[in-house]
Amino acid sequence: MFLDYAAVFAPFVAFLIAGLFGRIIGYRGCQLITCFGVILAAIASMRLFLDLSLGEFEPRTLPVLQWIKIGNFDVSWALRLDSLSIVMMNVITIVSSCVHVYSVGYMSEDPSKGRFMAYLSLFTFAMLMLVTADNLLQLFFGWEGVGLASYLLIGFWFEKNSANAAAVKAFIVNRVGDFGLSLGIIACFILFGSIQFDAIFSQAPAKATAVFNFLGYDVHALTLVCLLLFVGAVGKSAQLGLHTWLPDAMEGPTPVSALIHAATMVTAGVFLVARFSPVFEYAPDALMVVTVVGALTAIVAATIGMTQFDIKRVIAYSTMSQLGYMFFALGVSAYSAAMFHLVTHAFFKALLFLGAGSVIHAMHHEQDMRKMGGIWNKIPVTYVLMWIGSLALAGVPFFAGYYSKDLIIESAFADHTWFGNFAFWIGIVAALLTAFYSWRLIIMTFHGAPRWQHAHDDHHHAHTHHANDDHHHDHGHHEPHESPPVMLLPLVVLAIGALFSGAWLYNAFAGTPHHAPAGQHEISTTEHHGDVASASKDAHHKEMTRDRFFGNSLHILPENDTVAAAHNVPKWVKVLPIIMGAAGIFLAYVFFMWLPQLPALCVRIFAPIHNFFFRKWYFDELYDVLFVKTSFWLGKFFWQKGDQATIDGLGPDGISARTKDAAGVLSRFQSGFVYQYAFVMIIGVIVLISWIYWRQA
Amino acid sequence: MTPVFHQYELGFIWPELLMACGAMLLLVIGVFMKEPKAYRFVLSLSVLLVAATAYFCIKSIGVNPQELFNGFLTINNLTQSGKLLVITGILFSLLLMNKSAEHEGFARFEVPVLLLLAGTGMMLMISASNLLGLYVGLELQSLCLYVLAAIRRDNVRAAEAGLKYFVLGALSSGLLLFGISLLYGIAGSTDYEYIEMFLAKNPVQDIALTLALVFVLAGLAFKISAVPFHMWTPDVYEGAPTTITAIFAMVPKIAAIILIMRLVSEPLALAVSEWQQILIFLAGASMLVGAVAGVVQTNIKRLLAYSSIGNMGYALLGIIAGTQAGMSATLVYMLLYMVMTAGLFAVILQLYKDGVIIEKIEDFAGLGKRYPVFALAITLVLFSIAGIPPLAGFFGKMVVFNAAVASGHIALAIFGVLTSVVAAYYYLRIIKVMYFETAENHVAILRSLSACFVLVVTLAVIAGFVFAPDHIFIFARDALALPAR
Repeated sequence: MFLDYAAVFAPFVAFLIAGLFGRIIGYRGCQLITCFGVILAAIASMRLFLDLSLGEFEPRTLPVLQWIKIGNFDVSWALRLDSLSIVMMNVITIVSSCVHVYSVGYMSEDPSKGRFMAYLSLFTFAMLMLVTADNLLQLFFGWEGVGLASYLLIGFWFEKNSANAAAVKAFIVNRVGDFGLSLGIIACFILFGSIQFDAIFSQAPAKATAVFNFLGYDVHALTLVCLLLFVGAVGKSAQLGLHTWLPDAMEGPTPVSALIHAATMVTAGVFLVARFSPVFEYAPDALMVVTVVGALTAIVAATIGMTQFDIKRVIAYSTMSQLGYMFFALGVSAYSAAMFHLVTHAFFKALLFLGAGSVIHAMHHEQDMRKMGGIWNKIPVTYVLMWIGSLALAGVPFFAGYYSKDLIIESAFADHTWFGNFAFWIGIVAALLTAFYSWRLIIMTFHGAPRWQHAHDDHHHAHTHHANDDHHHDHGHHEPHESPPVMLLPLVVLAIGALFSGAWLYNAFAGTPHHAPAGQHEISTTEHHGDVASASKDAHHKEMTRDRFFGNSLHILPENDTVAAAHNVPKWVKVLPIIMGAAGIFLAYVFFMWLPQLPALCVRIFAPIHNFFFRKWYFDELYDVLFVKTSFWLGKFFWQKGDQATIDGLGPDGISARTKDAAGVLSRFQSGFVYQYAFVMIIGVIVLISWIYWRQA
Repeated sequence: MTPVFHQYELGFIWPELLMACGAMLLLVIGVFMKEPKAYRFVLSLSVLLVAATAYFCIKSIGVNPQELFNGFLTINNLTQSGKLLVITGILFSLLLMNKSAEHEGFARFEVPVLLLLAGTGMMLMISASNLLGLYVGLELQSLCLYVLAAIRRDNVRAAEAGLKYFVLGALSSGLLLFGISLLYGIAGSTDYEYIEMFLAKNPVQDIALTLALVFVLAGLAFKISAVPFHMWTPDVYEGAPTTITAIFAMVPKIAAIILIMRLVSEPLALAVSEWQQILIFLAGASMLVGAVAGVVQTNIKRLLAYSSIGNMGYALLGIIAGTQAGMSATLVYMLLYMVMTAGLFAVILQLYKDGVIIEKIEDFAGLGKRYPVFALAITLVLFSIAGIPPLAGFFGKMVVFNAAVASGHIALAIFGVLTSVVAAYYYLRIIKVMYFETAENHVAILRSLSACFVLVVTLAVIAGFVFAPDHIFIFARDALALPAR
């Protein structure tokens, strides 16, 4: 029981101690306490996961505090522990532990290590609150909490203008999504009369035909609710349309990118949709939108990723692309496939990011791949680990990504709808691109002729603002150097995940019982839970299946069960992604290893397309014109014309200015001449007499 | 022929007798001593004398109302309470002048004597129940104050101030006297009671009565420096030595306000519509000018002149209400105004720059750092004058606004609130200068025990009022309790 609470609150306590008393306990104290807190949480989460995977777990809700109680609106802090939240908790705490430990090494030159560790713990806590929420408001609290932590960490190097701009951008773009989410919460309350998950989910089937009347239009209520929630997910998970903040967020320190902008926070949207699967299932139109948006994101991000040169940005676009995969999996009702990919992706993408961080560390804070090259034998461990991560990402067989990505692509195929097919083909093309840009990254970074000898001098000075003197002495010789063990150890942990998590978890996320044909074991939510619980008690020896693992935390209508159907797709569907991955790797070798003049040629021939991709499909430029410039113009208008000229001018400023004028006039009367004073007195008398006479008349 | 007076009647005017005779005795004593010993000796005796006067005054509160000397003087709760306020003001003035008169170079024994004589005049005019008695008392106090204003006759500014005060004061006396003669012409008597009865029997709707009222109230408005008869105030406040300014700010206004209260509630009680119109005009104009013109002042004494002009506007609100509650509200307001002014001057009179009492507002800069206790005292007093709760000044304003609203003068009350917002600006500016501006100034404190005593007493009232407001409210209510004739 204590451990269950510790799984969520240990990072919070660590954050409070490190955040409030950081100066007293020193940076070493901060690092120890935060690492301890998050590792404790990880152990507690893993214990829960162990129970779950042995089938001995009872979904439960742990009360924490009464929060708001107004009439029949009752919201309490509580920890909802079920399969879905436990999977998320494990991902969060394990990756977070790795990142915490890694940061001890990575940030060793930074003057504010304590603050950094405190923020990381704050983020971990908020993310845990998000996934263990029992109601939408608590989820929203966690949702905003991770947004805040993300803002603080992106802008961690606040003396850099670009970091501040990126932090503000991330925050504002997320506000758009959050606005949708909060509207969704309100719509839920209107529709279901509660924002408690259980109450919403149990009522969803009954409300399947409900409509909202809005401005004379009848809108399908569940579709509206789902789309509004999805807007929140689009913002947080950087799906197409609200994705522009994610690449810029790479201004934050690399461990932040790994934890927040790859493994956990950006997957909150996936989690939200999966959590709301009992509602989404009754809103097929919303699912269609989710699929299309996810698929488009996957391909757009992949095309951009091919053309970027900043090592972190390439991985960021790759993250966006993979999130697109997860979303179209959700859209075809393959919730468990999306969660599966979420887990494996968390491992290999955090590995890639931290590996990139290790490269950046080795290259003395150089992030441009054009200024790297030929360092594979200088940092061999990092090199190997990056290979593992990339193999997993490209979906090479028997690495983690292979299982989850193929499951998604097969599920999309098995959906047999136009958007399912659309998503399937996009998934195939994106798989090619994924493999291509991954090996482009590896080859440009580690192979070829070293391009860093000259560039190095300027950049060493550029980064000294957060490098102390130690660093200067240690690395005065300007050679790339392997990272210390404290940074490599977490990488190894993640690499194990990237290697084996797919195979380990395949049954739990995709397994179907052999004795029952696919699609017939899914019963209505409430009864189902009882079945699974009783079944689990006498069936320890049984193999783990998706239904046993997730219980009723995911809800799939029998006719929508694409994951089960995915097992029966034609052979070519299963093989095609592998072939595409291999082709992508091969092409990358051709382009960047064997015929290094080819990329330049291609860029010349396909200049317009390349430019279009390189400039990120002009999303930033478009938004700048559409929203940023107009907002600034509007803001300036209201500020200068509205507030300053009108309200201030007629209000406080005007009145005080007139008062001063009047005071000036009055003091001019005060001439100092007695005869004038006497004159005023006499005038006063005359005025008084006239006034009263006039009143009486 | 009726006798001029009965001997028993003297028993009712102990305060006046004591003060007048004491003042003359002290004058004689002073002549036989050398300065500065004479000043100190006479000052100490004056304090004792005033204390004794106050004692008799307090004792006389609550006795049955009396008509004395063939209706020349009236003794009732209002007159006695008013006199007590005046005496308290004089006591504060004497305590404040103790050291500062020496620093300002006019430490002569005549100063306390003149102040005592002015006090005698004030008490007489408060008690008068005859227009002539009123005039004589008023002139007695005025003449003393003219002299006090010009007491540093070798100083050009002080002499100019005194002369201005005198010339304009003479003009206002003329207005007053002309009004009195008109009233006499209408009613055929100068006796308050007779005039009241005459007006009751013969409702006069004549322009003559209007003229008389305007002239009488104009003469008195000069004394309380109500707009547009305020023109002398900033110049005299600025020109006179600060010690004397303190006296001007505190004492004569109380006497004049109480005099107006008596006039409008006794002889002119039936000409309500006329005097209300006049007072509304005076009050509105005073509140406006007091608030607005103060905004651009840089001299603390001129600023306080405008502050006092505005404050008289607020005080008049209670009288305009015309009710007992309104009058007692005015009494409370005047009491608190006197206390706050005393507190403010108690600080200012101890602040010197190059041996001179500071006059410029900018001289307050940095006070918050160098003399935090004094700065805090000023802050409290200024917050109180600006009317910020829970300090006493807030309640003073509250009761007069209440009275005005209760009697239906809502527009005037709102106007008062608005002008008090404007006025708050210049009080707060002093605080801002004190705490947020730094200057390499050489302001030094020349501590005076008696001034510190005044400061402590006034601060106790200002800050403590909220905890025990009933004493002052009951005092004011009893003062206005209908005199049983």
